[in-house]
Amino acid sequence: MGRAVTSEQTKFKPGDRVRVRTDDRPGHIRTPYYIRGKIGWVERVYGEFLNPETLAYGRDGMPRRTLYLVAFNQADVWEKTAAAKDKVLVDIYEHWLDPAA
Amino acid sequence: MSKSHERDETPQDHGHDHPKHELSFYAKRIYAIRDLLLEKGVITEKDIQCQIEYQEARSPANGAKLVARAWVDPAFKTRLIGDPKAACAEIGIDATSINEFVVLENSEKVRHMVVCTLCSCYPRPILGRPPDWYKSFNYRQRAVNDPRGVMREFGLELPDDVEVRVHDSTADIRYLVLPVRPKGTERLSETELAKLVTRDSMIGVMDALPAVPTS
Repeated sequence: MGRAVTSEQTKFKPGDRVRVRTDDRPGHIRTPYYIRGKIGWVERVYGEFLNPETLAYGRDGMPRRTLYLVAFNQADVWEKTAAAKDKVLVDIYEHWLDPAA
Repeated sequence: MSKSHERDETPQDHGHDHPKHELSFYAKRIYAIRDLLLEKGVITEKDIQCQIEYQEARSPANGAKLVARAWVDPAFKTRLIGDPKAACAEIGIDATSINEFVVLENSEKVRHMVVCTLCSCYPRPILGRPPDWYKSFNYRQRAVNDPRGVMREFGLELPDDVEVRVHDSTADIRYLVLPVRPKGTERLSETELAKLVTRDSMIGVMDALPAVPTS
């Protein structure tokens, strides 16, 4: 699963609450708009992958980026009620995540 | 694709087929690029045909085989969830072109559904080419915003106490849903079970088909 990483190498571990960055810049980006600024938690650490945001321009994708499976409550993502347990889970690279209280 | 189109008999004909109907901008562009690649000798007609055959050879039958085996063999199911690519290799499915592959197991209490809101990422070696609706803006928007509404349109009404988990496959991971084995299928063979495993049940928008009562 990607290149294996230890918990010392990653910024977040499963259970950590994270906020998705609201950066907006042109070009190839893998973090959808609807999830930017939202708060969720790390479900799983997938390991390190070549950075697709630079690979897309013919570069080498280095340095590798840690990829996380991040879970969000549906009700926190959309301003409407949803069934209480429903979730959206998004694969997000570490440089798009900040710690959340 | 060339075989399925009528032959273009205009003077511009130069050895391969073009469809006669009005082409979209993107179709024109892709044909132009194809023609240039052929003219410059970068690829050959045979390369294109081989690639089409390769794409067509992969189908949801691969996924159905995986799911049916997992239903009848709990040890295989454990291996499938633990290391999906190795489990594929075990039963002769080539999943090596997938970067990473994750299997999401459904239960009576938890349902998974897969979308790619950014484009149309899809586990092609396991499910073949994605259906058009999977690539539509409508599905890509509503899958994350109103998954229960989408499932309802596929004929699946879920009680509120079931947890719906929508996976937006935005990166290097490809997801396959392992649907719940339908009730009343205890006596079916693995081959018969595989026929109940639809493509849509492995995307997660509906259940596997119910068992057909044998008379």
